[in-house]
Amino acid sequence: MTSISHCFTTLRQQGQCALIPFITAGDPDMETTAAALQALDANGADIIEVGVPYSDPLADGPVIQAAATRALQKGVQLDQVLAVIQSVRAQVKAPIVLFTYYNPILNRGIDTFVNQATMAGVQGLVVPDLPLEEMDVLLKPATAAGLEVVLLVAPTSSSHRIAAIARQSQGFIYLVSVTGVTGVRSQIQNRVKDLLSEIRHMTQKPIGVGFGISDPEQARQVKQWGADAVIVGSALVKRLATGSPSEGLQSTIDLCRQLKQALINSGEDLP
Amino acid sequence: MISTPLTPLSPTGFTQLPDSHGRFGRFGGKYVPETLMPALAELETAYYLYRSHPDFVAELQQLLRDYVGRATPLYFAERLTHYYQRPDGTGPQIYLKREDLNHTGAHKINNALGQVLLAKRMGKQRIIAETGAGQHGVATATVCARFGLDCVIYMGIHDMERQALNVFRMRLMGARVHPVEAGTGTLKDATSEAIRDWVTNVETTHYILGSVAGPHPYPMIVRDFQAVIGKETRQQCLEKWGGLPDILLACVGGGSNAMGLFHEFIEEPTVRLIGIEAAGEGVMTHKHAATLTLGRIGVLHGAMSYLLQDNHGQVLEAHSISAGLDYPGVGPEHSYLKDAGRAEYYSITDDQALAALQQLSQLEGIIPALETSHGIAYLETLCPTLADGTKVVINCSGRGDKDVQAVSQRLQLY
Repeated sequence: MTSISHCFTTLRQQGQCALIPFITAGDPDMETTAAALQALDANGADIIEVGVPYSDPLADGPVIQAAATRALQKGVQLDQVLAVIQSVRAQVKAPIVLFTYYNPILNRGIDTFVNQATMAGVQGLVVPDLPLEEMDVLLKPATAAGLEVVLLVAPTSSSHRIAAIARQSQGFIYLVSVTGVTGVRSQIQNRVKDLLSEIRHMTQKPIGVGFGISDPEQARQVKQWGADAVIVGSALVKRLATGSPSEGLQSTIDLCRQLKQALINSGEDLP
Repeated sequence: MISTPLTPLSPTGFTQLPDSHGRFGRFGGKYVPETLMPALAELETAYYLYRSHPDFVAELQQLLRDYVGRATPLYFAERLTHYYQRPDGTGPQIYLKREDLNHTGAHKINNALGQVLLAKRMGKQRIIAETGAGQHGVATATVCARFGLDCVIYMGIHDMERQALNVFRMRLMGARVHPVEAGTGTLKDATSEAIRDWVTNVETTHYILGSVAGPHPYPMIVRDFQAVIGKETRQQCLEKWGGLPDILLACVGGGSNAMGLFHEFIEEPTVRLIGIEAAGEGVMTHKHAATLTLGRIGVLHGAMSYLLQDNHGQVLEAHSISAGLDYPGVGPEHSYLKDAGRAEYYSITDDQALAALQQLSQLEGIIPALETSHGIAYLETLCPTLADGTKVVINCSGRGDKDVQAVSQRLQLY
C-alpha cells in the first residue's frame, strides 16, 4: 500500500493538490462507510481520513460531534472501524489516515493499537488531542509499525512551535485553517495564506489545510495559496448523513467530484 | 517555558509538583488541541510572573479579605462532636472549615478571584467557565461583574434544572448562561463545550477553569489559589490547640476544595488526608461518580488521570445527586496522591449524603451543600475508628441554599 509521503511525492510530480475527504466511521451505518470509502476513492480522493467515533471530541464542532454520537449509539467502536477499513482495503487505492482522539488509543495500549491499525491497512494517524509535547509516546511505536503520524499546526502556533512541529510531522503537516473547532465556515481567513508561506519556508514537507473548508471555491482558494492538500470534513459528513444512506452517499460523491474538479489543473477533466 | 518549582524542594517531594511538563508522576500533562497550546503557555508564564508579584499579591489579599470575607472561621462543631461520642464519652473532635461563609457561598470564589486578576493582567476582556452545581459559575459571574468583564458560563441542561437558583444568580450578575445539551447535560459536557469555546476565542478569552482538573497549568493554578484554605487552617489549628489537625476530610468531584485543604499539609506525614467521592446510587449500580475508586487511567479534558470509561475508552456518564461531584474524571494530583498512598479516597451514596445534609442542618444549624454533605457523611464510618481527641477538620466547602429546592423533592419533612 502506498504511504502518505509517497502519495504526495507522486502528486507533486504531477503538480497536483491532493483532496483529502473525511468521514466519521459508522455514520449513518457501517455499510455506508464501506461504500463511501470506495466511492470517495473512485471519485477524486487522494487520501481518505476516517474518524473514530469518540464520546468527547474536543476539537470537533456540532456536525462531527453529532455524527460521532450517532455512530456510538449504533455501537461503533475502534474494532468495527478497523474492520471496515480492512474489508475495503484491497479495493481502495488511497492511503487511509485514522483520525482518533487519544483515550481510545491509550485504553487499547499504544503498541497493540498501532499494530492493529497497520494490520487493518491504515497508513497514517491524526490524534488531535496529542500535541507535540505529548507525542513522544506514540511517535516511536507508530513509526516502528509503519504508520505516519501527522501533526497539526494552528493559527495560534508560534514560529518556533511551527518549526518544531514541522520537523516531527510525518506524511504531511496538517494546517488548521481556523482558530476553532471543525465545521463549515463561510470563508477561509486570509491568515491561512501567510501561514502557508511561513510553513513553506521551514519545510519541504507537504502541507494540508483543513477545518472549515466546505466548497469547491474555498478548495481552489487554498490550493492557489500553495497548499499541497485540502481536507474537507464536516461538509461531507453532513451530506452523508442527510436523507437515506444511498441519497447521502450520492450527494457525498457529488461534492467529492466537485472538490476534485476545483483542485485539478485547468484544462484537465476528472478521469 | 519557565519551570520554577512552586515551593522549595522538600524531602518527600510532594509539594514540588507538578514538574516542568505539568506532571504529577504519570498524571496531568496537556492533552489539548494545538490551538490551545500557546494559550496554556501564556497562562503559565503569566502565573509565574504575577503569583509572587507584590501588586498582584496585595490586590488578591485585599479582595479576599474585603470582598470574599476571608479568613473563614475554623468552627468547632460541638453537637456533631457530641453525636459521635462513644458511651464512655470518648471520640474525635470535629471542626468545620467554613468555606460556606465565603461571599457566593462556597470555596469556588478563591480561585475565580485569583484567575480573574490574572486575566485582567493578561489583557483578556472575555471570560468563560464551566459549571456543574453552579457554584463556580456564580463565583465567575461575580468576579466578572466586579471587574466589568464579559462572562459566558457553560452549564449542562440537566444541571440548569436542578440548580435553577444558581442559574438565576448568574444571570442577575450579567453573565450569559449557555445551556449544553450534549451527553447527559452535566459537568463533563459543559466542560467540553467551554473548551471548544476557548479553542475558538482563545485570543480574546480567558477560561476560568473551576477545578484542579484540565490541562497544565490549571491543576496547579487552581490548587494554589485554593491553598489559602489549608494555610488558614494551619494557623487556626495552632491558635486553637497549638498543633496540627490529625485528619482532613473533603469531598472530591474534580477535587479543588480537597486540594485547597490538603496542599498545606501534604508534607506533614502525621496528617491523614481523606477525599470522598460520590457513589451515586451505589458503586455496584453503574450510576455513580466514584472515579478514584473504580476508574482506570485515561485522558479527559486535557489531563491524564483516573477516569470512568468503558472497555473501548469511551468516557462514561457519571451520576450523583450532587451536580458538583457528577463528573467522570478527577484532578490529576488526586490520582497521584492516591497512587502514592498519601491520600485515601472513599465514596458516599446519594442517600448517605442526604442524611448528612439533614444531620448537619439539625445538629449545627448549618445547611451544607450536597457536595459538602458527602464529606460529612463519611464521619459515620470514620468516627468509630478514631481515638479519643482525634482532631478532624472537614472542609465545609459550600452552603446548601442552592440545593434546598432539589432536596425538598427528595425529603418528606413534617
